[in-house]
Amino acid sequence: MLHAADTQSPLLSMEAVDKWYGAFHALKNINLTVRKGEKIVLCGPSGSGKSTLIRCINALEKIEKGTIMVEGTKLDDSGKSIDAVRREVGMVFQSFNLFPHMTILENCTLAPMRVRGTSKADAEKIARKYLERVRILDQAEKYPAQLSGGQQQRVAIARALCMEPKAMLFDEPTSALDPEMVKEVLDTMIGLARDGMTMICVTHEMGFARQVADRVIFMASGEIIEEAPPETFFRNPTHPRTQAFLGEILAHH
Amino acid sequence: MGVIGQSEMLFLLQGLKWTLLLSAIGFIGGGVFGLVIALARTSGRSALRKTAAGYISVFQGTPLLMQLFVVYYGIGLLGVSIEAWAAVAIAFTLHASAFLGEIWRGGIQAIPKGQTEAANALGLHYVSRMKDVVLPQAFKISLPATVGFLVQLIKGTSLAAIVGFIELARAGQIVSNQTYRPLLIFGIVGAIYFIICWPLSLYGARLENRMAKAAR
Repeated sequence: MLHAADTQSPLLSMEAVDKWYGAFHALKNINLTVRKGEKIVLCGPSGSGKSTLIRCINALEKIEKGTIMVEGTKLDDSGKSIDAVRREVGMVFQSFNLFPHMTILENCTLAPMRVRGTSKADAEKIARKYLERVRILDQAEKYPAQLSGGQQQRVAIARALCMEPKAMLFDEPTSALDPEMVKEVLDTMIGLARDGMTMICVTHEMGFARQVADRVIFMASGEIIEEAPPETFFRNPTHPRTQAFLGEILAHH
Repeated sequence: MGVIGQSEMLFLLQGLKWTLLLSAIGFIGGGVFGLVIALARTSGRSALRKTAAGYISVFQGTPLLMQLFVVYYGIGLLGVSIEAWAAVAIAFTLHASAFLGEIWRGGIQAIPKGQTEAANALGLHYVSRMKDVVLPQAFKISLPATVGFLVQLIKGTSLAAIVGFIELARAGQIVSNQTYRPLLIFGIVGAIYFIICWPLSLYGARLENRMAKAAR
């Protein structure tokens, strides 16, 4: 794998980030730098804060302490900084969250038209391009409920790509899928990674992590416990909690 | 006993015209303000939420008859002379907006949080998030209850008689007093209400059925 990414300036950074839900300390002193083109896989037991972490990056969750920078924009409470970040960062959810009352094509054209002011004709052209890329263009006129879970998730990826983001966040994108559909979504993500997209993926798909990740990050109890390239991470995990977690998850795969 | 002739029937139809007009004004006015109430009720600002909740409580917690009374004489007390139909239209708009606002509030809150989050993640702002994503789904869910309220509203217009407004029920009363045939007249009046309201009720029930099936 090429590591051209290493020489570039950070696309995204989190510095000393803390987050609480009431009294619950959800993120503890998170420091993370992601360079352009880097692929990060975040894993850890449920409740470890990995979803919360990526949801803070596009301001779906507010942080109480620390700094988040995306493409030179410091994320604060202002609508302007949130807009700027969301324009550059796409997100794919565990439960797809497609808009059920719109066709696949309309799902993909809405944001470019409303947020970027793209004309309908241009937005459709962009949408068709990305639907083609996730190999689902033939379903463009259907509604989400007419598609399988795997197809819906690929549409969700295309919908995010239509905003032409600089980075993509994946929040357990295959966890809600039937086993036979996991592969088609992972293949789409691998394709995206090959094309140089900056990606942060919360996932338990360790095969995917091995194949595309530049770094695997293990979280537990709201902290980053261990961080390493996949070969090192899987072969020589140093922290006992990482070892325990890997022992458990790999036993099932 | 008097005869029920063409002029009596015409008088009833005049009343029917006002009943339909009042219902339409109440429904349209109530729809517009009801949307404002529903949005305020689901707003991120607690002052707006509380104001809307108070407004809804007042209009759901008092009889429509009293609301008509208060608006009609209340505006008069302010020294503004107002025609009966205008006062009644205002009262019905206020009344309907509270009920529709609450119905649609429920619809908005029934939309999964993931929809708003996806819209947010795509960078959509409040107006587009509501107009394009949340409201179309919320209205669809709320349609049976909305139709049900419309039926209530049509029948409720009969209360406008209290401030001297001659709508269908009041017209029936007048004709009945002239002809001394209350049973026949109110039979006709009742049948007219039924012909309007029953198809709407049926339509509402069918919508509900279809949604229950789709949700299965």
